[in-house]
Amino acid sequence: MIEYATSIKYMLAGYVMILTMLSLYIVSLSIRWRNLKRDIQTLKEIQKKD
Amino acid sequence: MKPQPLALKMLNVVSVLLFLAALGMVFLYAPLEVTMNYVQKIFYFHIATAWVGMLGFIAAAVAGVVCLIKHDQKWDIIELAAVEISLIFFLIAIFAGSIWARPTWGTYWTWEPRLTTAAILEMIYIAYLLLRQGIDDPDRRARFSAVYTLVGAISVPITFLSIRLFRTIHPVVIGTNSASTGSFDMTSKMLLTMFFALFTFSIIFVDLFWHRIRLGQLAQLVEQLKLEELQ
Repeated sequence: MIEYATSIKYMLAGYVMILTMLSLYIVSLSIRWRNLKRDIQTLKEIQKKD
Repeated sequence: MKPQPLALKMLNVVSVLLFLAALGMVFLYAPLEVTMNYVQKIFYFHIATAWVGMLGFIAAAVAGVVCLIKHDQKWDIIELAAVEISLIFFLIAIFAGSIWARPTWGTYWTWEPRLTTAAILEMIYIAYLLLRQGIDDPDRRARFSAVYTLVGAISVPITFLSIRLFRTIHPVVIGTNSASTGSFDMTSKMLLTMFFALFTFSIIFVDLFWHRIRLGQLAQLVEQLKLEELQ
């Protein structure tokens, strides 16, 4: 039988890892979206100048 | 690019609510397992992330087939989205499994059939992303990626069946494996929590998949504008 303290420690580590990785992926999606929007804005401005 | 449709906004809210409900079920509803205690609770999200990860790799192969038949870039975007999200979910499953294994098996990692095939599966699709970047021509890239996902998908059933085909210490959730360590008898509450987690992560997958497809479409638009600028 695994000790309660050890068991809780690993359970928390597991859930913190899951939440962190999911959050990081969502943040990465959001950053990439923002960057692409900025690229479109810049490219359209260049096209207008031309 | 159009703003988020109402259905997607609603899906975002539903995904968050389901995720919170799944957490609630894991911590408040599912009973404590006798031998492993709290660490067994990792199991619910471990199995759910592994499930959607594998499902996504199969979805990518299906998108690849359609891409080869229709010669439409839209399917390449869908295929890439499925692979990327599946990679994240499957990596979460591998890490969660390792954390669970440490107190149960006494080690984070061992080269037994399930873990080995899972690591190979993950590396196959990491290589997919790296190789894609080396091809500039969109049509060639789409063709190559479609064939790659089709061949890569062979490793999905191998990984899934590895615990049933070979002697392994990895527990089998449905059915039995006498050689496994860390297996346990599922109560009805545990089973319900597991199926709820599977459903929740399937919905989260669909939500992220939709967002990633939109991102792919936006990237395609940027590529088109750049080409127009060059001409």
